[in-house]
Amino acid sequence: MAELAANARVVVALGARSIRQTARRPQLAAPLLVFPTVLLAIRTGGAGRAVDLPGFPEVESFLAFMLAGAMVQSVLLAGNSGAIALAIDIEMGFTDRLFAAPISRFGVVLGRLSGTAVLGAFAAVWFLAIGFLFGVTIQEGIVGVVWIVLLVAASALAFGGIAASIALYSGKASVVQGLFPLMFVILFLSTAFFPANLMLEPAGSVAEYNPLSFIVEGIREPIIGEFELGDQLKAVAAVVGIGALGLALSAWSMRARARRGS
Amino acid sequence: MLRGSLPGDASHRAWRVRDGADEAGGYRARVAAISTQNLAREFEGGIVAVGGVDLEVAEGEIYGFLGPNGAGKTTTVRMLTTLLAPTGGRAVVAGHDVAENPGAVRRKIGVALQEAALDPLMTGRELIHLQATLHGMPKARGHELGDALLHRVGLAQAADRRVGTYSGGMRRRLDLAAALVPEPSVLFLDEPTTGLDPVSRQSIWEEVTKLNDEGTTVFLTTQYLEEADQLADRVGIITDGRMVAEGTPAKLKSQVGKPHLEISLAGQDGTSADCDEVLARFGTLLPAKDGLALVELEGGAADVGPVVRALDEAGLAVASLELVEPTLDDVFVAETGRHLEGGDKPAEPEAVEA
Repeated sequence: MAELAANARVVVALGARSIRQTARRPQLAAPLLVFPTVLLAIRTGGAGRAVDLPGFPEVESFLAFMLAGAMVQSVLLAGNSGAIALAIDIEMGFTDRLFAAPISRFGVVLGRLSGTAVLGAFAAVWFLAIGFLFGVTIQEGIVGVVWIVLLVAASALAFGGIAASIALYSGKASVVQGLFPLMFVILFLSTAFFPANLMLEPAGSVAEYNPLSFIVEGIREPIIGEFELGDQLKAVAAVVGIGALGLALSAWSMRARARRGS
Repeated sequence: MLRGSLPGDASHRAWRVRDGADEAGGYRARVAAISTQNLAREFEGGIVAVGGVDLEVAEGEIYGFLGPNGAGKTTTVRMLTTLLAPTGGRAVVAGHDVAENPGAVRRKIGVALQEAALDPLMTGRELIHLQATLHGMPKARGHELGDALLHRVGLAQAADRRVGTYSGGMRRRLDLAAALVPEPSVLFLDEPTTGLDPVSRQSIWEEVTKLNDEGTTVFLTTQYLEEADQLADRVGIITDGRMVAEGTPAKLKSQVGKPHLEISLAGQDGTSADCDEVLARFGTLLPAKDGLALVELEGGAADVGPVVRALDEAGLAVASLELVEPTLDDVFVAETGRHLEGGDKPAEPEAVEA
């Protein structure tokens, strides 16, 4: 029990460090809020009449539809930024300092991811605030807000795990940075910015089954309509699946790294 | 618990009786802080970084691990500090096997790795407090100890500045303070003064000596001969992943030769038949170098006076002379035929102006 408490303190301390690091390094903070906010503004301003298209979901405004996409984009980038920071830690030898301490190596990774989750929650609050500012009403009220924040934070942790595994395997920030374009491909082939039924094939089918779409819809639902258990379960399953995959890959990467010795 | 015998050159100060000690004639068990048997590490592609190292470092000892870049020093330290799994052999640190019980080893060691791996965005105080948390200290205790350590290494004033603003010497001192957070029984310092100016280097040396006086075993890797010479009770020399020599600095140096005298004669470039005749009486003549006559003194430093008098009696005026002691580099050369990188700094000569 005492060991568990000590490891929990380490996770919290490393999470706090991760948040401070993001706040102190503008190149890590920018992708979290600046890029998604700018993209949200551009797309909302430029494609706002998309809501008039036949087959577009019933929404209060295009901004209300877009908020979930902006949040998911933010957490993808937050996960990637966290992984870049982890790779920088490996490059400069800081992880050796952590691994030489009597704590679980997995706790080190979990500490980094917990920071990413908090940043994800912050991103959710940020975009909800933008929504409120521009007149969006969260249809499911305060319960919806809390659920959105939790789901976004959990998504950040899950996506962060995948990115962290690449950082742990490669140990190079440049490799993790190379994931940015791939993230945008995955993002645009989801329902983050457009409904799947209005996309051309095969993009529409890809978006329909893209796990990211499940998460987006889980976040979007309480903003534009009512909770549906099936959709929310799909969102939770997607988060849990991606998270489990991320943690498994991270564990495998750590073992591979230990074997290689670099 | 490991039991070993006192090494042959037992001038080091700290083989301690731990258990089973029997002053009345029973057996004496001596405890090694670090012990390795045939420790090896091979990397992918068949690259052998460490090819079977046997070490025994006594509690309370400063052990200097000397070798050129790429010799296997850092790989050895990484194995001893549980950061890298050995691919062969065995290592026991602070009483625990590094492969079988790495957690127990980590609880007892302090580690300051090469290049002072510090986060430039953190403040010194944040780093020390994080280190205390990593070692499971309660917050209040961690803060108290952290602040005391920052004071000890002279960083109390700079504790709330970001590490990125620190000089190289300050970073090393912070790294040392962080390594001391767990109050280690064994401290690993991997090239702690590389790249530092002489003043910063001296300050690290003083702190290491102080720590050792307080009972901490220190395993120090270095490529600086002077550092090993000044600090280490015993020195192990490694090259190409293998130990080539081990012993006290004095003993190692005495094995490779006697001190030699470098003499510059007034109004004369190089040596002369008269000079050689005089010098040959005191030892073996060495080839002249840079206009200096060289002789290896059979009687060591005690022969300097008689040599000067003999030259004077032969009508040869001495402009200057230097007594040059063998260095650890000479030991390295004798063992490997190569000079140590960074080991070009000779031991301080005893210069006499005539």
